[in-house]
Amino acid sequence: MGILTWGRNPWDQPILTHISWDLFWASLFAGVAFFVAHAGYMVFSTHRKRHASETDAMEAARADLPPRIVRHSGVARAFHWVMAAAMFTLLLTAFLPIAGVKFAWVTWHWTAGLVLTGSIVFHIVHATVWLDFWSIWVGPADLPELRAEVLRELGHEVPGPRPGKYPLGNRLYHLVIVLAALGVVASGLVMMVRVRTPFFTRNPYLFSDATWGGTYVLHGLAGVALVGLVIAHVYFAVRPEKWWITKSMIVGWITRRQYLEHHDPDRWAVNAGPEPRA
Amino acid sequence: MAVIRDPMPAFELFQPTSVEDAQALLRRYGAGAWVLAGGLDSFDWLKDRIKRPEAVVDLSGIPELRGVRARGDGLEIGAMTTLTEVVRHGVVRERYALLLDAAEAAASPQIRNQGTLGGNVSQDTRCWYYRAGWPCYRAGGNICYADTPESINREHAILGADRCVAVNPSDTAPALIALDAQMVIRAANGGERVVAAEDYFVGPGKDITRMTVLQPGDLLTAIRLPGAWAGARFYFEKVRDRQVWDFALVSVASAMVVGAGGAIERMRLAVNGVAARPLRLQAVEDLVRGRPANEATAAVAANLAIAGAQPLRFNAYKVPLMRNLVKRAIRGVEATTWAS
Repeated sequence: MGILTWGRNPWDQPILTHISWDLFWASLFAGVAFFVAHAGYMVFSTHRKRHASETDAMEAARADLPPRIVRHSGVARAFHWVMAAAMFTLLLTAFLPIAGVKFAWVTWHWTAGLVLTGSIVFHIVHATVWLDFWSIWVGPADLPELRAEVLRELGHEVPGPRPGKYPLGNRLYHLVIVLAALGVVASGLVMMVRVRTPFFTRNPYLFSDATWGGTYVLHGLAGVALVGLVIAHVYFAVRPEKWWITKSMIVGWITRRQYLEHHDPDRWAVNAGPEPRA
Repeated sequence: MAVIRDPMPAFELFQPTSVEDAQALLRRYGAGAWVLAGGLDSFDWLKDRIKRPEAVVDLSGIPELRGVRARGDGLEIGAMTTLTEVVRHGVVRERYALLLDAAEAAASPQIRNQGTLGGNVSQDTRCWYYRAGWPCYRAGGNICYADTPESINREHAILGADRCVAVNPSDTAPALIALDAQMVIRAANGGERVVAAEDYFVGPGKDITRMTVLQPGDLLTAIRLPGAWAGARFYFEKVRDRQVWDFALVSVASAMVVGAGGAIERMRLAVNGVAARPLRLQAVEDLVRGRPANEATAAVAANLAIAGAQPLRFNAYKVPLMRNLVKRAIRGVEATTWAS
């Protein structure tokens, strides 16, 4: 299996052209293998969950909370689904032709790329100004939670910290997909100079062959990484025990019980207030 | 980069005598096989050492791929029939003069004696950046050397460019599209499929490394001309730099049926040299239907034909050239004589 594809420029010098498309198949395989392995593991998992009685007691103690708790605002949900549509369009237009489904994909691809770029810029501004910016990031402070999660996964009764607004896995996934998405967006925007768009005069000589090669390789690596990451994301979104999170990305809220069962109220404080409109 | 060397790189040469044998060879060698028809495109590639096939499958010894046969109310022309044989065939001359004009406009008499109809429609583009062996999109790379601020692109595309701006060089392709020809393809598994001539050619948007729908292992075995357009009013014109022997800068082919009142009942119109695939101008065909074949109709149709054209640095001349050729195809001009 190759990793990089090389060509020779008009001066007969070796130049990088792009990644080997073997990596696409490798990422696809890795994504599918992960969900098969994880699904198999979950059948036998002894993951420790809160007892119903424990959650009952918490719910009784926090009767001041509204029955429905806002998890994602309408704007945040709109961003998520617009970004998801752009991401699927990007992946399908990028990799279906490689898989043998031939169609005119370039315009669809860069258009979806611009939508993704716009939605990411919007998300950065929105999260910075209107949301709790740091709630999605991971840092050394999350090590106790990581330890507690690992022990629960091993079947231990661990009273340790529960997640704030976002579970640890959610935050780690966000970190990785931010890196991949920024890589693919930054390289993709530069690559638009190589194709016809209404925005730039096409100029493939903007950079040296080596810089272009690096740009194409970065775009390809980030792109194939996104194949595996998106498979993992969709897999977790449809898992029964995660469905309440997915549903909250559709309707915007979770129940008071789900809030108390899965979150640490000290890390994600919700004030008593009126029930959100459905 | 490309230096023509007379000795070609070594390859296994096979000269099968049946389509089945040829396909067995194509299956055995897969993407390493090269199909040789008349050799006029192939030998350039091989002598330039840009293409280095493992095996060359020469189709010239397969009798069933040659000749012109009656089929229903039309004709079936074997893919290995030479352009000279096409030009000299009585029925082609009598009923499909459009194909005659197009085939006779190809290259020189010597080349027409060797070149085949199947090879003419399946030949690769003449973009010299690509043929020089540079790593352009069409060659599997990630750049079009012909569409840069400094490119020499006088012969390149004004329509349908998608990263690659090369054009299709075939003279007979637009004529076959105008005649509503059907291309008979034998797949590697032995199955046969028939595709319309206009669908036989693919643009770079769909597949940037191919000019036609032929996949490794596929063979174009015949071209069928239906009777529907036999004896119609035909027009073919090819504009080139050298009248004696050159590829088209722009060419136009049309078949038109005009009613008793002088109105155009139906028409098929195709141009080549303006895009990576010969283009059927369906919008123009729809526009002229029911209108008289006169200057006014031609002027409106010609302007529609060039809608969306995006010239490159050196080929803006193709826009008025294509417009005028379409105009001439509709209103007609004094007959142009071509002689073998």
